[in-house]
Amino acid sequence: MTYFPEEVVEHIFDFLGSHRDRNAVSTVCKAWYGVERLSRRSVFVGNCYAVRPERVVARFPGVRSLSVKGKPHFADFNLVPDDWGGFALPWIEAFARGGLGLEELRLKRMVVSDESLELLARSFPSFKVLVLISCEGFSTDGLAAIATHCRVLRELDLQENEVEDCGPRWLSCFPDSCTSLVSLNFACLKGEVNAAALERLVARCPNIRTLRLNRAVSVDSLSKILARAPHLVDLGTGSFTIDHHAEAYHRLINNFTKCKSLKSLSGFWDASPRCLPAVYPICGNLTGLNLSYAPAIQGADLIKLIRLCLKLQRLWVLDCIGDKGLAVVASTCKELQELRVFPSDVCGVGTAAVTEEGLVAISSGCPKLNSLLYFCHQMTNAALVTVAKNCPHFTRFRLCILDPGKPDPVTNQPLDEGFGAIVQSCKDLRRLSLSGLLTDQVFLYIGMYAECLEMLSIAFAGDSDKGMVYVLNGCKNLRKLEIRDSPFGDAALLEDVGKYETMRSLWMSSCYVTLKGCKTLAAKMPRLNVEVINERDESDEMEENPSDLRRVEKMYVYRTVAGPRNDAPDFVWML
Amino acid sequence: MEGGATYVSDLGNLKATELRLGLPGTDAPEKPTPENPRGSKRALLEANEEFRGKSKSPEADPNGQEAAPMAKAQVVGWPPIRSYRKNSFQARKAEAEGAGLLVKVSMDGAPYLRKIDLKVYKGYKELGEALENLFKCFSLGELSGMEGCNGSEYAITYEDKDGDWMLVGDVPWEMFISSCKRLRIMTGSEARGMRSSP
Repeated sequence: MTYFPEEVVEHIFDFLGSHRDRNAVSTVCKAWYGVERLSRRSVFVGNCYAVRPERVVARFPGVRSLSVKGKPHFADFNLVPDDWGGFALPWIEAFARGGLGLEELRLKRMVVSDESLELLARSFPSFKVLVLISCEGFSTDGLAAIATHCRVLRELDLQENEVEDCGPRWLSCFPDSCTSLVSLNFACLKGEVNAAALERLVARCPNIRTLRLNRAVSVDSLSKILARAPHLVDLGTGSFTIDHHAEAYHRLINNFTKCKSLKSLSGFWDASPRCLPAVYPICGNLTGLNLSYAPAIQGADLIKLIRLCLKLQRLWVLDCIGDKGLAVVASTCKELQELRVFPSDVCGVGTAAVTEEGLVAISSGCPKLNSLLYFCHQMTNAALVTVAKNCPHFTRFRLCILDPGKPDPVTNQPLDEGFGAIVQSCKDLRRLSLSGLLTDQVFLYIGMYAECLEMLSIAFAGDSDKGMVYVLNGCKNLRKLEIRDSPFGDAALLEDVGKYETMRSLWMSSCYVTLKGCKTLAAKMPRLNVEVINERDESDEMEENPSDLRRVEKMYVYRTVAGPRNDAPDFVWML
Repeated sequence: MEGGATYVSDLGNLKATELRLGLPGTDAPEKPTPENPRGSKRALLEANEEFRGKSKSPEADPNGQEAAPMAKAQVVGWPPIRSYRKNSFQARKAEAEGAGLLVKVSMDGAPYLRKIDLKVYKGYKELGEALENLFKCFSLGELSGMEGCNGSEYAITYEDKDGDWMLVGDVPWEMFISSCKRLRIMTGSEARGMRSSP
């Protein structure tokens, strides 16, 4: 290939969509490395500490789009202390200093300060897309900076972030000249919003297709917005609470009817069942529906709504839908690909809402199902075997039985066979989360059959080191392994230390791994960062000189070319 | 794992709002032990092992069982739901039930805080009695900051909307509960200072 001019090689590389493919071609030879790095427009950094921002900037001077992930996944469940790290600022600073023409930034689980947002807004005149998922550390003042300075902003997508409310003025910071918005999602903001400013903004952005409002937006406002933007494709409704006798309600129905392009609905924060008929006219077109924040919509009303959604591909609901409701989904939504059933009672105790029956019904009615997140009170092996047979196309299978370590209630057996059936049948399975009573056997199955598995989440499972070793030995595509409260110790950890360089990260908390084991791993593998996270209070005498035999509360191991990080807080020991 | 708190009470954790009377430093509730102790990882692993009829695995913690099982088990990070989702439900629940005015009560010298619902009390006297009951396990004697009683070493104070610490009892009850953000039972000289100010 050396006799091809660079422009031709570059042109060929343009056809390579995925990061992995581009990474692969860059290792072929120096020439290709050179061509690839200059023509790369989009970089994905799965772990912000795996590489230094400056290095990314130096290698890829033409990058326009950057995605970075910070905290480990278990941070979602409060297992990672707040000040652990994952700061966005160094990345934004490096790109600003490097003079790159950044246009898109997507951050997940990172700490983003108002200062970073301000720097971002001022440094990149062509900035178009900002997506923040599960981030924290910023306030609406940071958003104001984005609105003020990003003249060609197309997307502002805030998903499930913790945002401090400094008032509604941020929305008014979009100048009158801003007409470029295509997507605006501020559903996670807790504060008030200036309704008039919002309506004006929507009115002057003719290309707006995604609009997700927060709870503070009234139905009246929603109605006006729908009237101005009937081409919306994706709508988050806001509070959706209204007196269903009022004239406003009839206006709302009218305006909904005009939205012929609506494909996805979410929000419904305070919706009462009486308001639901307002959306009936568009249900037939919906491919996505998220009712998981609407606990007031239950039983019969939910079923009535779902019966109209014949084209549904993605459904997120609360478990108050019940097994009966899921049976209705199964008979109605034949195109269903993704289902998430969340617990309405977050304490995990209470009356059984969905069980294995609901899941079996779904599996037999929805053969296209490939992604599942299912919180339930119980599961049986028989049900899982049936599900595996009915739905061999699962790529993501996450089952959470609310009672940790609960066996099959019918046979009192562990759920090894059930999950074994899933991994054996679903050859394309990339992500798996286990729960219920599980022995080492399930890990044997996973190691044997789950060839495509990339991410595995384990909690309260297994009997011995063998379990973890089966997984490490067997799953050759494993990228992320996260384990909590399981009896895996140093022997398992150290069985195959080279494995961790083929993975993005390993998380182990409340397991049997000791400080000695962590130190050994760190010593053997210099290109891994081994972090030990201790949240001890000062009264713990052992803190000063911990014995190596002491079990480690939380350990996070990840491959890196950046060396040990310099922003780790006191309670994180870099070994 | 040796010692220490495996499960840290945090913002999203409902346990913080649960009123349980017990000796300081333990989590033992008054309610009888449930069949499925889920309070600690060790207890959990051992429960699993018992269930399967196995003997204790050699890697079991030498300390053996220690944490008293909790009636309403709250394992940190379980079920695995994002805090964002948990918080949005809890906020809603509180609103929906018109759930009173939950405020934290701290007492100088006590190892942990309590939480009370101000709407439940009809006036200062009831509040005083309730606070006495809450903290009486610390053998602190009579609490009285409200009638300006001398001889007592304590003063009950509250933080108002402006962030100032005020002595409880000066304003009408309704006004008090609408502006009270948290309570603090002050001790010693600070308390004397509070009470002697005009």
